[in-house]
Amino acid sequence: MSGTVAGHATPLIDGVEKVTGRARYTADLGFSALWGEILRSPHAHAEIVRVDTSRARSLAGVRAVLTGDDCDVPYGILPIAHNEYPLARKRVRYWGEPVAAVAADDEKTARAALELIEVEYRPLPACFSADQALAESATRLHDDKPRNIEREVENAFGDVPAGFAAADLVREERFRYAEVTHAQMEPDAALAEYDAARGQLTLQSVTQVPYYVHLTLAQCLGMSPSHIRVIKPFVGGGFGHRTECLNFEIIAALLARAACGTVSIELSREQTFVMHHGRPETDIRLRIGMKKSGEITAVDAECVQRGGAYAGYGIVTILYAGALLHALYRLPAANYRGWRVYSNTPPCGPMRGHGSVDMRHAFESLLDAMGEELGLDAFAVRRANLIAPPYRALNDLQVNSCGLAQCLDWVEQASGWKARKGKLPRGRGLGMACSHYVSGAAKPVHWTGEPHATVNLRLDFDGSVTLLTGAADIGQGSSTLLAMVAAEVLGIALGRIRVVATDSALTPKDNGSYSSRVSFMVGNAALAAAQELKTQLEAAAGSGACFDDAVHALLAKSGPITVRGTYTVPPALQGGKFRGAGVGPSPGFSYAAQVVEVALDEETGEVKVEQVWVAQDCGFAINPLAVEGQVQGAVWMGMGQALGEATHYLAPHGLPQRANLLDYGFPTIVESPPIEVGIVESRDPTGPFGAKEASEGALAGFPPALTSAIADAVGIRVHELPVSADRLFEALRARRRAARLKTAARG
Amino acid sequence: MRRNKVGGQVTQHVSLTVNGRSREEAIDDNLLLLDYLRERRGLTGTKRGCDGGECGACTVLVDGAPRLACITLAASCQGRAVETIEFQNVEGNLSKLQRAFHEKLGAQCGYCTPGMVMAAEALLRRRPRPSDAEIREALSGNLCRCTGYVKILEAVRAAAAAP
Repeated sequence: MSGTVAGHATPLIDGVEKVTGRARYTADLGFSALWGEILRSPHAHAEIVRVDTSRARSLAGVRAVLTGDDCDVPYGILPIAHNEYPLARKRVRYWGEPVAAVAADDEKTARAALELIEVEYRPLPACFSADQALAESATRLHDDKPRNIEREVENAFGDVPAGFAAADLVREERFRYAEVTHAQMEPDAALAEYDAARGQLTLQSVTQVPYYVHLTLAQCLGMSPSHIRVIKPFVGGGFGHRTECLNFEIIAALLARAACGTVSIELSREQTFVMHHGRPETDIRLRIGMKKSGEITAVDAECVQRGGAYAGYGIVTILYAGALLHALYRLPAANYRGWRVYSNTPPCGPMRGHGSVDMRHAFESLLDAMGEELGLDAFAVRRANLIAPPYRALNDLQVNSCGLAQCLDWVEQASGWKARKGKLPRGRGLGMACSHYVSGAAKPVHWTGEPHATVNLRLDFDGSVTLLTGAADIGQGSSTLLAMVAAEVLGIALGRIRVVATDSALTPKDNGSYSSRVSFMVGNAALAAAQELKTQLEAAAGSGACFDDAVHALLAKSGPITVRGTYTVPPALQGGKFRGAGVGPSPGFSYAAQVVEVALDEETGEVKVEQVWVAQDCGFAINPLAVEGQVQGAVWMGMGQALGEATHYLAPHGLPQRANLLDYGFPTIVESPPIEVGIVESRDPTGPFGAKEASEGALAGFPPALTSAIADAVGIRVHELPVSADRLFEALRARRRAARLKTAARG
Repeated sequence: MRRNKVGGQVTQHVSLTVNGRSREEAIDDNLLLLDYLRERRGLTGTKRGCDGGECGACTVLVDGAPRLACITLAASCQGRAVETIEFQNVEGNLSKLQRAFHEKLGAQCGYCTPGMVMAAEALLRRRPRPSDAEIREALSGNLCRCTGYVKILEAVRAAAAAP
């Protein structure tokens, strides 16, 4: 279908606010508030021996001073892994961990008060790599975790030894990935208002998931959730950084309560980097068995992730790395072992393409190299392993729609692959890769038995329709999409629908903007709500009536009304029963293929991406303009990781070395290539109008397509990201040296 | 310009024009233009994205030239005309750049958008028909994490081509 609204390129309904400067973000709201500041650990690992806040408390203009003694409730995103405190208690585990906090009349006073807080530390040995942390002699970060292993995962599907025995070619490779982080443009901020007379708290924050923030505030402050209101104003990007409740949100609330007032906390860019929760440093060992035809016979994968100081989403990340080995290609047998390891670095978390990106690079790279060894074209290798839906992967991921074959056709054609591959001048190359992602986790983190998503539609005398949703628009365009779905069903103009989102006092609870769930799940809830309203309008006025007449007829009967639509993932799509089976299942999987063209300077090792062609199967593009924008953004974020982004922490104190936007080094407009997007529509049987996700799936394909293009250009396969110029320069130099030695030996 | 020294801090009486409105007021000589615009003038469209000169989110025009408000002292704008994103609408209508950024999806989360639009505005005033290379150069100090810059480039092109 392409309806009157759905399927048409549509600018964002809140776009005018963004281009005029009228959009209010969290830091734009609290100019009369008290100023909150956080005192942070100068050590990577230390015992807190003594904290003395008496001098800070007596400074004029200081309204509250808090330490770890003021909150003894641990928190964490996963109900089974609460091991972090908003302010450290007894021990600090990374440089920059909050130790104390101050609310004061102004910034200057708050900073002066921080200087007056005395903290005595006893430094402990710190682990900055997974290898260090796993050593028997390593100091434990958490007493209950020997060898600092947060979670060890092991699963085996199918007969792996038989698969390798049946292979014509078996290859194994090691890969290594730097830690990367979201670096969303808006620094972290929170504004907390405590109404002491009523015992009520209102928090406005940069969150992607107001619901988790709400739950965590209630827990850490010992308040009833009914006395808390969480509002998400405009948010300047997230990419996973803001999926968990973050320490500064709780600290702002604690300070507001202690000061009986309103407290604003704005983190600096450096502090926002230290807040992290991004993609962990990762080591992968991967073995694949392949037939001469390119068919995969078996996979054996190991993955070690340096998770940082606290649990966060760690268990989910290490499970995703294994789970999403599946459901892209037919895998007849696969082993996976994963280790999530604690380290004295800022906690990692979910980042766009959660858990899947590094493993996908390893997988596609090895597939590419093996295909080459067997004399197979890169497209042929992928086509030899396509799945045909309905398909149930070995690990019970259920695929009901897959447009990967069409994605491959599109990028092969658009890039001129057949005519150009292998025929470009020296220093230029073409590479390709595939990727996929979930459209929402079938099992939410907080399993309550409720529907996965709820949308309300409100109709009143003015004839406007107000869509109420808890789904957080963080720039991806979810509010626009939901309005489009409702307008399409009701047969009214988009401008007639107003979206009110993410205010817990007004909007129904939503599980939030993570795992690319909103289009599919909340989209389905909006569809159901609009259908319900339409049914009621038709019952009141007959099916032929115009919308205004129908509204009057319905309101005359019922008065102002609010209808509800919900979505629940069907049980058959919720996955299997084995340990860890909850991570990976989704009602819909997106698919993407891409071709990357590079130009490489062999003298400097500098790689320039000339162009990208990417096709994404998003089921159905409800808003093709937003799909294009999301796919381009995802591919580009993959490019940043592939070419230069990396965090780095300096021993012995864990000082972050690149905690600013210049040194962290994501690409500017100068290095950013044209990205041509092909939209493939496989019409998922249970997606809203057939839609699936479009924001994450294409990211993971970029890094392997890039390294494949580099191999095409200069014959070097890079197994370590980022492929920085110095790293590639070293590889090129080593090869030249080896060639010289060989010539000399011959001579 | 008058100078008063209060407690080690020098306060200056500065007269500057912001978005066409002229004002004379006391400004501490360490007050950044960014904080002046946001806190004293309530012009929150200008954003802080970094710890100083990294990202371009605070780009405004000073006498028509792009400046980073986060590393510009407000007092240095004595006698100058400052323009922010709030001044780009013409009689309630979006400017060509604003319209193009909106319609072409040059803004996703929108946080870099005001600075991006102001940097592009400075370019188009200087070079009404810029090449792609000139657009890239003019926006090279403005970071965006959402778009991959593809639709930002398209938006500036479209604005330049608009009648």
